[in-house]
Amino acid sequence: MVLLSVRDLRVEFATSGGVVTAVDGASFDVGSGETVALLGESGSGKSVTAQAVMGIVPKPAGRVCGGSISYDGRDLLAPGVAKGLRGREIAMVFQDPLSSLNPVFRVGAQIGEMFRRHRGASRREARAAALDLMKRVGIPAASKRLDDYPHQFSGGMRQRVMIAMALALSPRLLIADEPTTALDVTVQAQIMDLLTRLQAEEGMSLVLITHDLGVVAGVADRVILMYAGRVVETGSLREVYEHSGHPYTSGLMASVPAVDGPRDRLVPIQGSPPDLLSLPSGCSFRPRCQYADEQCAEVEPVLRQLPDRPSTHQAACHHPEGVLTDVH
Amino acid sequence: MSTESPLLSVRDLQTSFPMRSPVLRRTVGQIQAVAGVSFDIPAGGTLGLVGESGSGKSTVARTIIGLEKARSGSIVFDGDELTSLPKASMRRVRRQLQMIFQDPYASLNPRATVEQIIAEAWQIHPDVVPRNQHRAEVRDLLERVGLNPDHAERYPHQFSGGQRQRIGIARALALRPKLVICDEAVSALDVSVQAQVLNLLDDLRCDLGLAYLFIAHDLSVVRHISDRVAVMYLGRIVETASQDELFTRPLHPYTQALLSAVPDPKPWDKPAREQIIIGGDVPSPADPPSGCGFRTRCWKAEETCAHDVPELTTRLELHPAACHFATELAGAAR
Repeated sequence: MVLLSVRDLRVEFATSGGVVTAVDGASFDVGSGETVALLGESGSGKSVTAQAVMGIVPKPAGRVCGGSISYDGRDLLAPGVAKGLRGREIAMVFQDPLSSLNPVFRVGAQIGEMFRRHRGASRREARAAALDLMKRVGIPAASKRLDDYPHQFSGGMRQRVMIAMALALSPRLLIADEPTTALDVTVQAQIMDLLTRLQAEEGMSLVLITHDLGVVAGVADRVILMYAGRVVETGSLREVYEHSGHPYTSGLMASVPAVDGPRDRLVPIQGSPPDLLSLPSGCSFRPRCQYADEQCAEVEPVLRQLPDRPSTHQAACHHPEGVLTDVH
Repeated sequence: MSTESPLLSVRDLQTSFPMRSPVLRRTVGQIQAVAGVSFDIPAGGTLGLVGESGSGKSTVARTIIGLEKARSGSIVFDGDELTSLPKASMRRVRRQLQMIFQDPYASLNPRATVEQIIAEAWQIHPDVVPRNQHRAEVRDLLERVGLNPDHAERYPHQFSGGQRQRIGIARALALRPKLVICDEAVSALDVSVQAQVLNLLDDLRCDLGLAYLFIAHDLSVVRHISDRVAVMYLGRIVETASQDELFTRPLHPYTQALLSAVPDPKPWDKPAREQIIIGGDVPSPADPPSGCGFRTRCWKAEETCAHDVPELTTRLELHPAACHFATELAGAAR
């Protein structure tokens, strides 16, 4: 069953240099109980897509100017709907937990506020519920730490606090935006382990936004890969990683040095990430692509099924045959 | 191992920061950021220094280059003892010893053109490039790092993150150094650009015979670029080995956990590995555990670990590890 459905989403930002289309016609679904990775480099529009779903696109600079987002049959772009669902049905975890927590309130009270505000819990009930949550997300000596302030927590523990707050009202969709990017590798492993465990326990849908191909590899069922505001490839994670049909995806895969296996010279993607203020005509990836021809300059490629691959695997490229044969 | 003396030789380096009481305005203790670190880098070699935040890896770099003062120990670079070198001679040595920083946005003067940024070093060292050749040399350097030489008059904000890092590299190369310290030099870059910069660093090493001290938290990047790798934890090196050896036969439990935590983009290609997830965080260097620094997170820790600091001792050839159980671990690794 589809829980979240995004269709032709367009989000624009007014900047001093002109209007930037941060998300340009993105469409995807998230099934209930599914773990989906939203992958992309800086400027790809992955975080803005999440902001649009949460109804927190920064205003007045940004605005959703096209498309639709529906959550469980409800129109999230209709006034007031996203606000009503935020926290209860859809929750979010951000990259930087320190700036997301209020420095002057005790951690227990901040978690408990979710229950006081949304469930009308008493102070005592909220405190007990906060303690339960802190234990569930693996904060050691939780009963002692309830009265600590955010600055007394380490980065990994703060992220656990954020996850506890996000889970407070048992949301059905959790969006985690680069949840481990600011953390050390060993702590990253702890947090990913926690997120997968909680996802399985709660049966919620999880959208993991990241730039790191490796972090989501053992975790996500499906990937949505974005470039310059557009979805360029989507499919089951293993299918996309092993049979990349878009030159950008295969380029990313070749750019990551291996932690085992032969130490080959890397094959990077040429050129620089796109300048959203002056995107090329047709396919935005064209200036960096070895397969680009006239068609790519004239016609913007749309997502379509790849030759001889499962129907769920789609890429927005005019020349997927070349990519598939060259890489594999 | 060659008998030639290494380009850089660090012995028992200690660097500490005073801990000040905000109320009493006096020093109440010392934070031992680097607690006795030793390593060598041969000319043209690359040592990867890995560790998590608070491990002291950046402080090692800053101490070598003179941005922090060593509390004790010795740093011998190209025959000169840096810790006791007079300021005037330090200038001569620093020419050979350059650094590339993590943040290409913060480390370039926004009000200077690329040419001014690169040529600035030649004003301090006029003998390197004569004044009338500045322009040509800047263009050469830009070309070498993969930038358009016609962009010498541009300002940093007109470049992308990856291009700015290339400017930082060109600046480091301007004085024709022998050793370049890369402190998380590719960490802030997007994957596709990071690969370009790694290849560039590789090429420069081959073409110019550069040696690198390559500091990073990303193990796959370190493995890619290094000949030898040293793993730091809480101010100490806990293990060091050749790149190949360290990644295939890690001896120290911390290295094992660190390697296990590296996300693998294609986990299905390999036999299922047992994932080691260690609990807790890196302890604060202000209040380190007694004995072995890693014991609070180690699944092998026993009583002796709380009393004795394990020495970095060699059980396998050229592969020292600082763990009380390293003999046993080395046996298992064989």
